[in-house]
Amino acid sequence: MMLLEIDNLSLNFRTRSGVVKALEDVSLSVGRGETLGVVGESGSGKSVLSFAVMGISDAAATVSQGAIRFEGLDLLKAGPSDLDELRGAEMAMIFQNPRTALNPIRPVGRQIADVLLRHAGVTRAQAQDKAVEMLARVRIPDPERRAKAYPFEMSGGMCQRVMIALALACSPKLLIADEPTTGLDVTTQAAIMDLVGELARESRMATLLITHDLGLAAERCDRIAVMHAGHVVEVAPTAELFARPRHPYTARLISTTPRPGASLAALEPIPGSLPDLRGELAPCRYSARCHLYQAECDAGPLPRQDDNGRMVACRRPA
Amino acid sequence: MRPLLDVVDLCRRFPVGKSQLHAVDMISLHVMPGEAVGLVGESGCGKSTLVRMLTRVLDPTEGSIRFDEREIGYIPAARFTRTPDRALIQMVFQDPTESLNPRFTAFDCIADPLRRLKGPWTTAGLKARVEDLAGMVGLPVELLGRFPHQLSGGQKARVGIARALGPEPRLLILDEPTSALDVSVQAVVLKLLDDLRRRLGVSYLFVSHDLNVVRLLCERVIVMYLGKVVESGPVEAVFATPRHPYTKALLSAIPSRGEEGGPRIRLSGEPRSPIDPSPQVCRFFGRCPLGADACQTEMPELREMGEGHRVACHTPMD
Repeated sequence: MMLLEIDNLSLNFRTRSGVVKALEDVSLSVGRGETLGVVGESGSGKSVLSFAVMGISDAAATVSQGAIRFEGLDLLKAGPSDLDELRGAEMAMIFQNPRTALNPIRPVGRQIADVLLRHAGVTRAQAQDKAVEMLARVRIPDPERRAKAYPFEMSGGMCQRVMIALALACSPKLLIADEPTTGLDVTTQAAIMDLVGELARESRMATLLITHDLGLAAERCDRIAVMHAGHVVEVAPTAELFARPRHPYTARLISTTPRPGASLAALEPIPGSLPDLRGELAPCRYSARCHLYQAECDAGPLPRQDDNGRMVACRRPA
Repeated sequence: MRPLLDVVDLCRRFPVGKSQLHAVDMISLHVMPGEAVGLVGESGCGKSTLVRMLTRVLDPTEGSIRFDEREIGYIPAARFTRTPDRALIQMVFQDPTESLNPRFTAFDCIADPLRRLKGPWTTAGLKARVEDLAGMVGLPVELLGRFPHQLSGGQKARVGIARALGPEPRLLILDEPTSALDVSVQAVVLKLLDDLRRRLGVSYLFVSHDLNVVRLLCERVIVMYLGKVVESGPVEAVFATPRHPYTKALLSAIPSRGEEGGPRIRLSGEPRSPIDPSPQVCRFFGRCPLGADACQTEMPELREMGEGHRVACHTPMD
């Protein structure tokens, strides 16, 4: 049994201008100690998926089918008290913008101690000590003093480290990192991702890394899932995905990303944009942008699974 | 050929209590007519302060800015708006959503600088010019009546570029023009920018922390660290054989797909404080993986290390 299993998940948002079909038939799994990357353009449903797993979707969201299982427990059927026991302790999340995700009027050390007091069954003094220890582990210099600092007194990179310390305080089995390094400098990004990787290896923590940065996913993930307009179009081990992308969208995504050694002329843009997810959608949501489109594609994508754990949802895979 | 922009020993210090924050410290650089120069460095290194001085919205503390062989550094920022050079130095901003007036249509966004800096216009003449500019950046003329919120990210980026090109600038300063865009759109905008520069002969100063993008678009690159230029030179030379340990660390922090090997350089610690920095100590000392005794007693100066390749380091790398 995988640690996290998402089965045929479909999720809609009710809005004034119609129902947005944000996720359709999404199936993914993450094993213990594994890092799964989820990549795609903005609007492809990456964050919606991570919010659904954490059970913090917007009030307008409804799950129309499917299941999310964490160690066998169906999170969509679990009661609020069960979820409260899991979140923060067994599964934790690093949000995109640390400045808005941290409490601005509470010292950072206290915020970490709060999580420990709630989940770890420790005394207040022990929680404070552990909070300082966590800050030291994420390499914040002078952790005793920094524990008393407020988020506005710290740089963006340091706030992000505090978020990681907060997420990892109770040694979760699953970490969801939603664009954890967007907006940070490359040097800070490298340091933070090294840290997450190290902690994941130490405790066999599974990581779901949501990113739009293919380079980052390539470097940090064991497997990568590619999302387009609410569909998972391809899942493959990282090296294989880049060496031999099978879905035309994956291929285009790779060839449009600036990379060392490629000239400007070699970048192939992806034509068109994501379809409007309200109203009627073509069965294959990529068909209007696809350079390989043929009439048979209107029958809908055909998910194919091979023995090596690769999945591609396409009528005409490469 | 004479440089279009020639900056010598430019400084900007901000008072912080009784101390001085050295945001830009003795920077010299030049941009030739039609040349594309990249400016890279971490957040907080003084890129934005430098750019604000070059666009003459901020007054330098010391130093000279010569544009087209005219000294413009001494002109107070408030008066510069009324000089003819205002039209010749234009800027493309980072986030097209934030930098377009939400109550202006795309037409007005592009027409506003034309009305202010060029003209007088007849209604028909202005319309023809705006449509001409829209055509130049590949924005469909039908979209000119739309407001920014009715446009996609790529379309807004095009409006921002058309607006900057309207007053026929000779120097275009681009501040992370593609960082807010999806990769699928980024490639298109990069190609557009490259094409426009070749067609119009405009010089670019391209501020970015995405080194892959700088490599694609620029001929020369300038690397800044804490208010100082630490390395500059032709893009191929700097990317192939970075000589400054900071440049090396910056390059090795770019996520790659494991194509390029070589050991990684990881920076530890936080940057030194830019408030009243010691004039004798190298700004990178303390974070530098090399760090010799001389680094603490003498600030390294930029030295020529090969054709146009300049490095400020006591222990340059091979």
